[in-house]
Amino acid sequence: MKLSLKIWRQESFDAKGSMISYQLDKVSSDMSFLEMLDLLNEELVQKGERVIEFDHDCREGICGQCGIMINGRAHGPLSNTTTCQLHMRSFKDGDTIYIEPFRAEAFPIIRDLKIDRKAFDHIIQAGGYISTSTGQPPEANSILISHDNTEAAFDAAACIGCGACVATCKNSSAALFTSAKITHLALLPQGKLEAAQRVINMVDQMDTEGFGHCSNTEACEVECPQDIAVLHIARMNYEYNKALVFKP
Amino acid sequence: MSGTGLFLCFFLIIHLLGNLQLFLPPEQAREQFNWYSHLLSGNIIIKTVSYVLYISIIGHTIYALIITRKNAAANGTKYAYDKRGTASVWYSRNMGLLGTIIFIFLIIHFKDFWYQYKFTDLPLDAKGHKDLYTIVTKAYQQLWYVLVYEVALLALGFHLLHGFFSAARTLGVFHPKYVRWVKTLGWVYTLVIILGFMAMPIFVYLNGLS
Ligand code: HEM
Ligand code: FES
Repeated sequence: MKLSLKIWRQESFDAKGSMISYQLDKVSSDMSFLEMLDLLNEELVQKGERVIEFDHDCREGICGQCGIMINGRAHGPLSNTTTCQLHMRSFKDGDTIYIEPFRAEAFPIIRDLKIDRKAFDHIIQAGGYISTSTGQPPEANSILISHDNTEAAFDAAACIGCGACVATCKNSSAALFTSAKITHLALLPQGKLEAAQRVINMVDQMDTEGFGHCSNTEACEVECPQDIAVLHIARMNYEYNKALVFKP
Repeated sequence: MSGTGLFLCFFLIIHLLGNLQLFLPPEQAREQFNWYSHLLSGNIIIKTVSYVLYISIIGHTIYALIITRKNAAANGTKYAYDKRGTASVWYSRNMGLLGTIIFIFLIIHFKDFWYQYKFTDLPLDAKGHKDLYTIVTKAYQQLWYVLVYEVALLALGFHLLHGFFSAARTLGVFHPKYVRWVKTLGWVYTLVIILGFMAMPIFVYLNGLS
């Protein structure tokens, strides 16, 4: 199929970017979205132009590196799908596709579609871990965890940190990401011990990074490729309020 | 935000209950309503509550401004093509706009009733109470005034529809069962409050016609 593409090009972090139009023929509906961009880049290389830079790693929907705004939606039109798992069969011959980076003040654009998500790392560094040395894996049955809790913690741990929640949020809030990490650890016995300090540190770090304030529009859950539930945000607020009250 | 917002929600219940007296037959309504207004203005508990109310409105508004500025600063460059709106309901994204409409309405509302009652010499009714009833019913005799109220109440309705449940989330209600209850309660609360208030100007206006 033939596509008309409008793609955000930006030379560097502090350069001014703009949408540039491209025509791409011979796109197969079996291609993934990123393969379609590879095809375009091959053409650009042949013409001696600078390729369009975009993030990706696994291309199988598990690493969270890819993340592009496609036709105004994070990761494109499908639900629970990362950009790398989106295929060109979701588009029609002759379509115009708008392709932009995820935008937020805390996610500066490095080049074209590539953004800097270090802010997420800083939030994790502020408390998204347990601070004991665990050594060898212990006997699995030495600490019993109920099945429901395991499943709930797993649901939260499924967050791949792609940043679609921030990109989609009208407030550029990182509440869904941060809360998924907080719930994941707060539900498990190993994580419970430091839960109070963790939630305060991580939420404060989220503010320091310049993310916005969650106003519960719930758009993040709709666009999340991993279907992380907004109720984690409520649980984060619960943990945070509890920590404020009972802080030693 | 949730604290002040929920206090305002609580206040609206009391305010609605008090104002239901407007639905009584006119002569009885005048006497009751004026007596009730007099009762409120003399009571120390109500005085305290009213100060909490003023502080809540001001605090809520200031906090709304702070959040709005923080969120605007958190947004990066604008999307050239933006369809993010498909992922959420419009009123959840426009709490600030709805709040501004409410705020403008509150100025009108305070100026015409609260200020008149507190700071001007009103005629007295048969029982010697200030005749707020006449002020209120006179105001609602004007169609445009009724329309202003209806529009403002619609805005308040959508603000509450999102605000009530959002406040519960902010406070940390995360259990799916209670989340469902809050959602239902939010709808019931909003419908009762808003339909109740919306009926008053219309009722008084229609009463005035006949
Ligand atoms: C009777 C009047 C009002 C009531 C009952 C009310 C109620 C609420 C409630 C319950 C919330 C949710 C708080 C939370 O999510 O934590 C809220 C949020 C908000 N209100 Fe109000 N409010 C009123 C008036 C106003 C006014 C006058 C303004 C602005 C001038 C305003 C602006 C906002 C904003 C910007 C939010 C934040 C929205 C968000 O977090 O999504 N409100 N309100
Ligand atoms: S490239 Fe790893 S999730 Fe898309």
